[in-house]
Amino acid sequence: MSQSLRPYLQAVRSSLTAALTISNFASQTSERHNCPEVEANSSPEILLNPLHISRNENEKVKIEPSYNSVRISIRIKQADEIEHILVHKFTRFLTQRAESFFILRRKPVEGYDISFLITNFHTEKMLTHKLIDFVIEFMEEVDKEISEMKLFLNARARFVAESFLTPFD
Amino acid sequence: MAAHQVHHLFHAPIADHSFSSDKKTLAVARENNVELYQQSGNKFALSDELKGHEKTVTSVDIAPNSGRIVTCSQDRNAYVWEQTPTGWKPTLVLLRINRAATFVRWSPSEQKFAVGSGARVIAVCYFEEENDWWISKHLKKPIRSTITTLAWHPNSVLLAAGSTDSHARVFSSFIKGIDTRPEPSAWGERLPFNTICGEYLNDTAGWIQGVAFSPSGSALAFTGHDSSVTVVYPSAPEQPPRAMLNIATRLLPLNSLIWNGETEIIAAGHDCEPFRFCGDENGWQLAGSLENKAGEVRGAREESALNMFRQMDLKGQAQADTKLKSTHQNTVHTIRAHEEANGVVSSFSTSGVDGRVVIWNV
Repeated sequence: MSQSLRPYLQAVRSSLTAALTISNFASQTSERHNCPEVEANSSPEILLNPLHISRNENEKVKIEPSYNSVRISIRIKQADEIEHILVHKFTRFLTQRAESFFILRRKPVEGYDISFLITNFHTEKMLTHKLIDFVIEFMEEVDKEISEMKLFLNARARFVAESFLTPFD
Repeated sequence: MAAHQVHHLFHAPIADHSFSSDKKTLAVARENNVELYQQSGNKFALSDELKGHEKTVTSVDIAPNSGRIVTCSQDRNAYVWEQTPTGWKPTLVLLRINRAATFVRWSPSEQKFAVGSGARVIAVCYFEEENDWWISKHLKKPIRSTITTLAWHPNSVLLAAGSTDSHARVFSSFIKGIDTRPEPSAWGERLPFNTICGEYLNDTAGWIQGVAFSPSGSALAFTGHDSSVTVVYPSAPEQPPRAMLNIATRLLPLNSLIWNGETEIIAAGHDCEPFRFCGDENGWQLAGSLENKAGEVRGAREESALNMFRQMDLKGQAQADTKLKSTHQNTVHTIRAHEEANGVVSSFSTSGVDGRVVIWNV
């Protein structure tokens, strides 16, 4: 883990620990409803101030807490066009399978690559500290994954180009 | 400290729990039903279920003397359950609210109860003999958001309420014909219905999660979502309070609190363990956790290479860290006095999201 990644992840971890103090809350705007307040956005006093944690201009996390839900949006590092395409494909692969990920949001928040929505029903069924571990681990792994994919893609492109250009040699 | 009793009832959140006065019956709110457990030996066994609510039950309370149970739910209803030879019989309460009911408590006199709701009202309910039903009067004036918690003053007239609009308020819920005129106190002298006897804002405008009157009723404590506990000592009617002390902590927010005498508060919440606060009018402070965790860890932890490889083999991870060190494994929602005499608590009970009810000795 690089020197600047550790404090970044530590900041995300402590912010998430504080934000994930959520409990059951029935909607106060619509009758007999119980929906994530951060998504419904219907009563301002139920939402807390959103929190941005940035490592640099390309890598940042936005945490939006509310009474019964927390939305976590992650912007993954994209240094060039190839990484941009890779990140797009990677997040698309995950969000299309959002049901089996429980906390994954189908659509990321504007300006971010992937969003998680954790409600009180998730923290009731799952262990809060393990949920936080999961998000942190995801952030750690995703960079590695993208860099690996980029290397693999470059190697493959070189190989393809070589075999394509052999007849003209 | 003597060991505490842990009753792991099921794997579902307990929104609220209540013991009967003889401590033999335990009512817990589980999803859409309320389950009644009877003590047999040192265990609690399921004996009855109160079915009737259509949505999550948010609160349950057993009246200590009459044994009547009141429940309320997110389906906007409250029921009073009375035991008959054929089982528990529900009576619908006319709450007249159009949002979820969030919290219910019997008054100490047991003549009435208060229901907090998401409709920005508190319904104070009492029994009307002539029509034979429970009707309600609404406290609504300055409430701007959902009521999260309620607490009764020992005189059964004053009612403290905490709300998501960051205010803890003290109201008068005096109902003619039901209540006797209360003695004048620092909270107020004449107390017609819906008198506001106090309105206190949390220091950082966090949601109020728990309120409680001190045993004498002359002080009020409330917890906020900013992890603080605030204690208010009123001076005289319509005067600013004599002292308002905010105890900021570095813990996660506390959900519920009780007083133990006039100089001690016990509170629990998202840290999954109860904490003790001590002090008086001159200052309050956090005195530490009531849970002795260090001793338990030493016995359970085994730091050998064999153990590490075994864990790697069985679970694919070197350390099994899925279990918290505290007794409760998830957020504590409710803390209640279990046994008390003259305001001094000798044991208290907590319940939480992990489906456990724990009885602690102080």
